[in-house]
Amino acid sequence: MGCSEKSTFPGCVKDAAGRVIHGGPVYLVFLSFFIVLFLAGVVSGVYSLFIEGSRHAYGTYREIPLALLIATYIFFVVASTGLCLVSSIGHVFGNRDFLPIAKRSVLLALITIISGFLVIGLEIENPFRMMLYLFTSANLSSNIWWMGTLYMLYMIFMAVEFVLLMRESHRIAAFFGFLSVLAGVSAHSNLGGIFAMLSGRDVWYGPFLPVYFILSAMMTGSAFIILFSIVAQKLRGQGMNEDEQKSLALVSKLAMLMIAAVAFLTIWKMITMTTGGETRLITLHETISGSHAFSFWVLEVACGLIIPFFLLLLAGGRRLGLMTVAAALMIFSIFFMRLDLVVMAQIVPLYWDMGVKEFSQLHTYAPKWKEILVAFGGIGFCGMAFLLGEKIFNGFSENREAEAVESTEPESE
Amino acid sequence: MMIFKTLHTENMLGKSEKISEIDRREFLKIGLAITGVFAGGSILSVASAAEKVFPRGSIVQKYPYRPHYAMVIRVDQCIGCRQCEKGCIAANAVPDYGWRTKVLEKEVPEAIGQKREFIPVLCNQCNNPPCVRSCPVTATYKDKNHGIVMMDIKKCIGCKICMVACPYNARYFNEEKGAIDKCDFCLGTRLSRGEKNVACSVYCPADVRVFGDLSNPQDRVYKLIHQLQKPVWVLKKETDARPNIFYMKG
Ligand code: SF4
Ligand code: SF4
Repeated sequence: MGCSEKSTFPGCVKDAAGRVIHGGPVYLVFLSFFIVLFLAGVVSGVYSLFIEGSRHAYGTYREIPLALLIATYIFFVVASTGLCLVSSIGHVFGNRDFLPIAKRSVLLALITIISGFLVIGLEIENPFRMMLYLFTSANLSSNIWWMGTLYMLYMIFMAVEFVLLMRESHRIAAFFGFLSVLAGVSAHSNLGGIFAMLSGRDVWYGPFLPVYFILSAMMTGSAFIILFSIVAQKLRGQGMNEDEQKSLALVSKLAMLMIAAVAFLTIWKMITMTTGGETRLITLHETISGSHAFSFWVLEVACGLIIPFFLLLLAGGRRLGLMTVAAALMIFSIFFMRLDLVVMAQIVPLYWDMGVKEFSQLHTYAPKWKEILVAFGGIGFCGMAFLLGEKIFNGFSENREAEAVESTEPESE
Repeated sequence: MMIFKTLHTENMLGKSEKISEIDRREFLKIGLAITGVFAGGSILSVASAAEKVFPRGSIVQKYPYRPHYAMVIRVDQCIGCRQCEKGCIAANAVPDYGWRTKVLEKEVPEAIGQKREFIPVLCNQCNNPPCVRSCPVTATYKDKNHGIVMMDIKKCIGCKICMVACPYNARYFNEEKGAIDKCDFCLGTRLSRGEKNVACSVYCPADVRVFGDLSNPQDRVYKLIHQLQKPVWVLKKETDARPNIFYMKG
């Protein structure tokens, strides 16, 4: 870890704390900012759920029960799965060019899944009952059950994998990495399945979402790796080494490929929505020229797909500034992709086609600030844990030599 | 396999062999709307006139529950007084921010006479309930005896996926209970205490809501659904939830 093999555990902790404290003013300002966000989110969530009641505190209601917080949860777990998949290319499937980014990606995957759990924990009404009944009263036909259980397994595998990676036990780490990939992909496709299996919801129903989620995860994961690697390099205050640079160039190529794939899927999703009934058609209309047109064209399409694609193309894997902007834009916009994906399928009332007065208006959703704070809480946790991680593990720098040596021995991958 | 259970319990594959497309059209001709016919799975089973069309016993004669609770809504009789809503609220302590049943209103400007139509809706106690399938902790389940879709409120984690899964907007989160609440055909508040009818039906002055046992040929619900003069239909048949709330006129 961030300290040598010989030093004791308290010594390591002391070293790590020292590095955090001496991180410099900018570092500390950002760290404090994220800590405040995190705490504010937790306080807001606990207050909303247990004191005020979500009906008053959150913007969700009977007709749109799933919204911002579910979208935030999806955002984080999609990112986590993506990070796990992209990092596995190196240390599980043996592509050496991806190795230098492995440790940070695995840690980030762990951090993002915990951020996701944090947000969902403050979204569902009875999080404590969940702990009990998920195991004592399982419903094996429920996609949520599978998703929850598999993501828990995934988190455990990832944690073990990370510890092993830090101890340079690359072989066993690769095994646990493989288990994480399996659990992650299954969990993630079940996340798509939750929505894809709802035959009463025309916009979600069908095999599209599980596939879309996996590709979208790779896209998100690549963006996270690019952004956080560059930020980490700034934190270290030293240039990127050759190997890391090479990895990032590859990751940005992967990101471009995934952007293209997601764009392709989005186009076809749009085209197919022109058929299959009024609900789908209205949703399409609202997406591209109605109330959500800005979110769709500007955020999803321009900032999420087109601009980053060309920025990454221009950057050619070398110009870190451009790559940072591209990755940040992607991450920002992907958040809105999730939000739209969740909300848009609920805007057309279920009794719409009956033409009744009670359901003659499309449903609208606007998040309330207590809900927004909870979402920020997740972001706060993610930022905080990343910044702490970089210092605690010393920017993963001391192990670089060892990695270089090990990667020359094929059996250690 | 679990997924194909309904195929076998309702012998859907068998039926498709036995009822050809021509037969189906014949059936339409004799008056049963196709939506109603296939929605409940085996509704055409013992219809007397049906037996003239189909050889005796050619269609599975089985309702999965005993009693198989169901409701027929004689929709054109509804005058929109909403007494049923009030009865339901009173019987089941429904809070002002929620509903278990609702009367929807539709303007029909081109109609002769009354220009409004009222459509009562409630949980359809589906035979293939999407809410039950999606609940991670079996907090909502289909009772094995009477087929009512029930809530075990102490288990509900409040994930609200069942609310989006339900094609009929029949569920809401009840703060006081800390769980989802929905129509249970008054099982908790009336049927379990020996009452024979549900609150909304009792309170309805126009005899719109007929509640009863679909597995009992002597029951009014049974008779209404199995008569062939009038079309019977269900809402949102395409979702394959296979509801137990039937609509008809007259
Ligand atoms: S909200 Fe309650 S009843 Fe509905 S799916 Fe979640 S746990 Fe089950
Ligand atoms: S109507 Fe909705 S709540 Fe009732 S059983 Fe069907 S899916 Fe479940």
